[in-house]
Amino acid sequence: MVEVGPVSTSAILDAVAERKGMLVNYVPHAVALGLVVVDARPGEAWLKVPYGAKLVGNPATGVIHGGVITTLLDNCAGIAVATALPDLRSIATLDLRIDYMKPATPGLDVIGYTRCYKVTRHIAFVQGAAYHEDPNDPIATTAMTFMLGANKAAPGAWSGVKS
Amino acid sequence: MSESGAPGQTPGQPTRTTEEVRALLEAIPYCRFLGITVEDGADGGIVSRLRFGEQIVGNAALPAIHGGVIGAFLETAAIVELLRIAPDDALPKPVDITIAYLRSARAVDTLARTIVTKHGRRVVNVRVEAWQDDPARPVATAQGHFLVARDDA
Repeated sequence: MVEVGPVSTSAILDAVAERKGMLVNYVPHAVALGLVVVDARPGEAWLKVPYGAKLVGNPATGVIHGGVITTLLDNCAGIAVATALPDLRSIATLDLRIDYMKPATPGLDVIGYTRCYKVTRHIAFVQGAAYHEDPNDPIATTAMTFMLGANKAAPGAWSGVKS
Repeated sequence: MSESGAPGQTPGQPTRTTEEVRALLEAIPYCRFLGITVEDGADGGIVSRLRFGEQIVGNAALPAIHGGVIGAFLETAAIVELLRIAPDDALPKPVDITIAYLRSARAVDTLARTIVTKHGRRVVNVRVEAWQDDPARPVATAQGHFLVARDDA
């Protein structure tokens, strides 16, 4: 699917290798949503949100709310940016666009894939998609920008990962 | 063909009270899970409220609300306004939404209001603003399109 370079030895990737749950377990909402890290590589991440009754946005059809996709991809992108950086820095979402191609199928888990394709001094650029099984048949696609080092006092999300 | 409203219906005019919209929202499990409710706005419109709770925290160190939850809330605030002016019970479907994160959303309630920028027959363009203490200092804004035509229309 994607060209993969040599796996870096950054603390975050080590954490993925050791225990994938570590990347989302210190994010209370990720736990509440049931997010699972499927895989992460330098600049890339795959997360899964298991289907659940509490995620339903249309009670008539059982289709999950679009906001679940937003949260999945935002969280996934945060990990893609973190694994693209050489050091632990705070990461804040600046802008996020979601295009909805089709409703998610009720009863099925959703996979989020994000790729951080460019990092500058202050900004990281990410693209990605949400899908069930085939990345080429997406439920939604996304384009996002993240601000780096915006909050020096709180490296925040990564404070739970040993450096 | 012009993108005007259905016959006999001026798009943008309220068809539901805040109470009626609240009842529809309470039937949506995800909105209950996040803690989203609605109330009367100062200008006679409708305002959505995201009640703060530990389950919506993204960064426990700050603490701050998860960016995805803020996005979900803005999308819901748009749906709330569209339900308020909808001629039927069909839920509007999001086509695209762009969210600008302006400030960290702290551990308090967040409010949001929606302006319908353009109401076409099939697609509506909306602008949403979310704030915490001061409406003049929004924590996030969104712009997006929703499909409002029924599948059989």
